[in-house]
Amino acid sequence: MDKQQSTGLLFDLSRPGRRAALLPPCDVPLTLIDDHLSPADRASGAVPLPELAEIDVVRHYINLSTQNMCIDTNFYPLGSCTMKYNPKRHERLAALPGFADLHPHQPDSSIQGMLELLYNLQGMLAEIAGLPAVSLQPAAGAHGEFTALLVAAAYFRAQGSTRKVVLVPDSAHGTNPASAALAGFEIKQVKSDPRGLVDLADLKSKLGPTTAVFMITNPNTLGLFDSQIGQIANMVHEAGALMYLDGANMNAILGRTRPGDFGVDMMHYNPHKTFSGPHGGGGPGAGPIAVRDFLAPYLPTPLVTKQGDKYALDFNRPQSIGRVRSFFGNTGVLLRAYCYIRTYGPDGLKAVAENAVLNANYLLALVKDFLPVPQGDRCMHEFVASLKDLQKERGIRTMDVAKRLLDYGYHAPTVYFPLVVAEAFMVEPTETESKETLEAFAATLRKIIDEPAELLQTAPHTTPVSRPDEVRAARQPVVCCVWEPEEETHSEPATR
Amino acid sequence: MNENDLLYARSHEWLQIVGDVGTIGITRFAVDQLTDLVYVELPPVGRALHAGDSFGVVESVKAVSDIYAPVAGEVIEANQTVVNDPSLLGTDPYEKGWLIKIRIPAGTDTSHLLSKSTYDSEVVNAH
Repeated sequence: MDKQQSTGLLFDLSRPGRRAALLPPCDVPLTLIDDHLSPADRASGAVPLPELAEIDVVRHYINLSTQNMCIDTNFYPLGSCTMKYNPKRHERLAALPGFADLHPHQPDSSIQGMLELLYNLQGMLAEIAGLPAVSLQPAAGAHGEFTALLVAAAYFRAQGSTRKVVLVPDSAHGTNPASAALAGFEIKQVKSDPRGLVDLADLKSKLGPTTAVFMITNPNTLGLFDSQIGQIANMVHEAGALMYLDGANMNAILGRTRPGDFGVDMMHYNPHKTFSGPHGGGGPGAGPIAVRDFLAPYLPTPLVTKQGDKYALDFNRPQSIGRVRSFFGNTGVLLRAYCYIRTYGPDGLKAVAENAVLNANYLLALVKDFLPVPQGDRCMHEFVASLKDLQKERGIRTMDVAKRLLDYGYHAPTVYFPLVVAEAFMVEPTETESKETLEAFAATLRKIIDEPAELLQTAPHTTPVSRPDEVRAARQPVVCCVWEPEEETHSEPATR
Repeated sequence: MNENDLLYARSHEWLQIVGDVGTIGITRFAVDQLTDLVYVELPPVGRALHAGDSFGVVESVKAVSDIYAPVAGEVIEANQTVVNDPSLLGTDPYEKGWLIKIRIPAGTDTSHLLSKSTYDSEVVNAH
C-alpha cells in the first residue's frame, strides 16, 4: 500500500488560500492593527506559513510516522542501545495528573507524592549500584558522566590534588573521552588485549600520580564481562585514582553483581536502556549517578531527603558542584524507571539480566558459523561480529548487510563500533524478544549473506529513502528551509 | 611517490624523508578502513611534535581517528587542499593526499618504522 501521499514538504504542498479551519464571521467590532501597534512593532509582511487543508496535514504526519521503524513495529537489535520494549502502562502512569500536572515551583508540601517516589528511586538505584549516594538530576547518560567527573574534580580539588588525567579504554563509548574533555581533563587511551579486555600492562604503564579517573564499561562494548575487574580496581585505587563505571550495559548484570562491590566509585545509569525509558527523538532523558559516601558531599544540589515522614528538596549542600539541570531533571523518565523497577522487583530484575544474556548467547550461537565473533563464543547481553572476511572475499561491507536488513523489516544493528573490531556488527537482542523472533532474524541474516553482492551494495530497495549521501550531508549540511511563498499566497481566506 | 620507498607506522601513517624534510600521510589501507572521509584537521605551522604525538584528526562517516607523528619534528607545512577536499585522501593518499611536512632533526631514529612489505604482512594482512 502506498504510504507516500502528502509526505512532501508542507511548504511544497501549500496552496494559496487553502485552510484547515474555517472561522465563523467575526461578531465583534473590527479595529485596525495600526491603531494598536506602531510600525516598529509590526512584522514587515505576512509570516510565510504553508497553507493546507486539515486532511493534507493529517495524511502528511500519519504517513510520515508509518515510515519510522521503531521498537513498537520491528525487531531493533541495535547493539549498545538496549532497545527493549517500553511497557505502555508506564505511559499511563506517567500521564496521571498527580505527576503530569505538577509545577516545579510548587512548595514541597504539595508534591510529597512525587518527592517520595524520587526519594525511593534514589534508594533503589543506590542498592542496585552498591553505592550509597544518588543524584537523579543529570538529563542523559553522557550528562551523568560529565556530572560524575565534575564531582571527582571537586573531590580532588578539596584534597589539594592536581590530578588531571582520565584514562579511557579504546573500546569505550565516545561519550567517555568527550565528557572527560568537557569536564577539563586530559584523556589517555588504554588498549584492549586480544581477548577484548583491558590490557593490564598498558593500564599499569599509564596509571600514575596524575591519574584522576579510570572510566570502564563493564560488561564492555564487546559484550564481555572483564573478569580482571577486581584487579583493575586495586590498581586504580593503589594509584590514588577513582574508578568510574559507564553503566550503559547494566542490563546484563542487574541484581547479579553490583558495581560498588567490584570496586567502582561512581557510575551512571541509562534509564532508557536498563529501565525501559523511551529512546531517542532527542526528547527528555535521564542519567542518574551513584557514588561512594566520600563523594556524596559534591553531588549536584538539590537532593531529595526525608525528615521524619516528610520529603524535601535539600539545597543546603555547601560542597556541592551546584545544579547541572534546571529544576529536578526529567522526572517523567525517572518515574518510568521507578515503575519498571517496582514492576519487576529484585527477583524480576535478576531475571531481566539472565534473559538478556541468554537471548544474546542464543542468537550468537545461531549466527556464529557465518558471522564470526572474534572475541569468542560466549557473551553477556550483546556480541560484536566481524564481517571483514565477507569484505575481503566478496567486497560486501558491514554497512551493506545492515542496509539490506531494512528490506526485511529489521532495524540494523550498530555498525563500525566498537572501533577495535574491523567491520564491526554489534547485536543486542534484549530480553524482551521471543525465541521465534531471534530465529527468524538469524535465518534472515543467513539468507542475506548468500545474496548477490550487488544487491546488498545498493540496498535498501524498499524503504522511502535508500542511501543518503552521508559525505555531502556532513560537508554541506542544509539545516534550514527557506521558503519563498508566491505573491498571492496570503489572500483572504475563501469563505463559503 | 613510490610506496616501496616510504616508511610506515603501525598506526597507519606513512613517512617520506628527503634531506631534513619529512612528509607524512596515511596509508591506502587506513583510508579504506575509514571509508568516506568528511573532515581533516591539521596542526598549525610551527608546532613541535614528539614522536607518537597526535597531530591531527581524520573524520569519516563512521569514525573519528587521531593521526600520529611517526617521528619528532617541527611542522613546516600543512596540506590545506586536503582540508578543503578530504576526498583527495580517498583518490590519492600518497600524492595529493599528503597531510603535513615536518623538519626532522639530524640523526632521527626511524628503526621503529616498517618497510612496505613488513607493513603489508604484519599490519594489513593481520587485520
